[in-house]
Amino acid sequence: MKRRRKHSLGLSDKVSDVILVIIAIAMTLIVAYPLYYVLVASVSNPYDVYAGKTFLWPSEFSMKGYQAVFADSGIYTGYINSLKYTLIGTIFSVVMLYITAYPLAQKDMPGRKVISLFFIITMYFGGGLIPTYLVVKNTNLIGSMWALFIPGGVSVANMILVRNYFQNSIPHELVEAAEIDGCSKLATFFKIIIPLSMPIMAVMVVFSMVAYWNDWFTALIYLPNPDMAPLPLVLRNILIKSSATASQASTISGGYAELNKLKEMIKFASIVVAAAPMLIIYPFIQKYFEKGMMAGAVKG
Amino acid sequence: MKKSKRRWKANWQMYLLLLIPIVITFVYKYIPMYGIQIAFRDFKASRGITGSEWVGLYWFKRFFSSPNCWRMIRNTFLLSGYSLLWGFPIPIILSLCINQLRFPKLKRITQTVLYAPHFISTMVICGMIKIFLSPSGGLLNLILGTSTDFLTESTAFRTIYIASGIWQDAGWGCIIYLATLATVDTSLYEAAKVDGASVWQRIIHIDIPALLPMAILNLIMSAGQLMNVGFEKVWLLQTDLNKAASDTIAVYVYEQGIEHAKYSYSTAVGLFNTVINLILLIIVNRIVKKHSDVEFV
Repeated sequence: MKRRRKHSLGLSDKVSDVILVIIAIAMTLIVAYPLYYVLVASVSNPYDVYAGKTFLWPSEFSMKGYQAVFADSGIYTGYINSLKYTLIGTIFSVVMLYITAYPLAQKDMPGRKVISLFFIITMYFGGGLIPTYLVVKNTNLIGSMWALFIPGGVSVANMILVRNYFQNSIPHELVEAAEIDGCSKLATFFKIIIPLSMPIMAVMVVFSMVAYWNDWFTALIYLPNPDMAPLPLVLRNILIKSSATASQASTISGGYAELNKLKEMIKFASIVVAAAPMLIIYPFIQKYFEKGMMAGAVKG
Repeated sequence: MKKSKRRWKANWQMYLLLLIPIVITFVYKYIPMYGIQIAFRDFKASRGITGSEWVGLYWFKRFFSSPNCWRMIRNTFLLSGYSLLWGFPIPIILSLCINQLRFPKLKRITQTVLYAPHFISTMVICGMIKIFLSPSGGLLNLILGTSTDFLTESTAFRTIYIASGIWQDAGWGCIIYLATLATVDTSLYEAAKVDGASVWQRIIHIDIPALLPMAILNLIMSAGQLMNVGFEKVWLLQTDLNKAASDTIAVYVYEQGIEHAKYSYSTAVGLFNTVINLILLIIVNRIVKKHSDVEFV
């Protein structure tokens, strides 16, 4: 009796299913629509975009915006720079994470706690903008690509995730067997730990890639030479300051109106070009996000 | 004694691996902490840190007597306070809904789409905000049928900042909660179903208690960051006309330090911010420690 009454009080499962589906679809649309709108606008006539004619479909489909983006020498250089920084930075960061996390996962290592604390403190307290800037300057990194990677040092939050993964998700028996076979800890690292930690490595690779691909503040401070600017910093002139680059102005013969139209097309196209690489990559790694996070979040 | 010696020996390679990370962290994290003392000195590059004249609290006094000081402190608190107020519960609610979805395909698509904006640069996000809010043909004005320049209105700034922040990161914030919910013992749901519990009751009695420790941990972490308003978005969206709401400490530290090269002054303002953060972190940690068994660090 009691049971039945309870059931009739709550919403039936079917009704709540409908509500949940509506919420899920609504959320998906709210997030996806602005991105879709930009995509449609990037292949449309910008005047139609601003007249509200492209809510769902492009008007006067053309790829001119993209042609202009790739013909722009500033954007092209920024793109190449960003690719280079992302590649080198990701390798650097992941190597740093691994060579820090593995030793700190050794429970028998004397001094483990002190060294962990040495890293963790930097999560909560730091020198701040200018004192860090002065050290970067005094170590001659201003104007060098390495200023983007080295001062960031070890990302401690990620390092803890990796360390916990080593401790919780790699079978102890395998590590012990390797040690009995006479493997040194370093050999175990290469032969067992690295091959067996691919899920967390995939997550860390994606995190680093995204961070470097999207970063512009570090470059703003440490790379004064505009030829070294990564893509987002180049886009600042186009998207935020809304000014035409020199190479845009010189390639246009159709006068001010034509230049203005092109400027607007480039805005939309450059957003797509800058956002696309990461948006294409992450769904492939998505299944590892939760697994990696969970294995790493449990304290070992 | 012998045992500990053997342990040192067994781990010598480990110390070797740690050498580079420790050196880098020491140079780029700890030496700047030593450099904080320029906040109490009149730093001149030619004289070096310790050679520069000691001026005590001069720069702090100057900051507190500057005309916009309280406006900046207030803006910093309000921006991050409201971000936390809205940004903290939304991922929890979202993940509770997603977790109860019974259609795996829809669930996956929803998750994939909700994560997407997290992978986009703040520069691009701000570019999109500028386009959508443009007074001449921006999406929002088209929908509302108006031609308001939202970015020149200081009353709209906070809403723009917070709403775009939620649009970008609420989905990503779900991950850790969804991962936690995935560990809930499925037999609990079965038992609840047998007892005739509705979805709503399952959420209240099973899911929410399962999420609570993680939610509290997250809250502590964010409270400790309360004064760390992201510099990037505020700086990019700032216009002369919305400064009444967008003038924040982080932007000031950047302008004074990097643009005007007032190293000591900028460091002092930044240090003030850091200290407030540290105090908040300790207070929140104390309170939560008393009331629950969740602990961090």
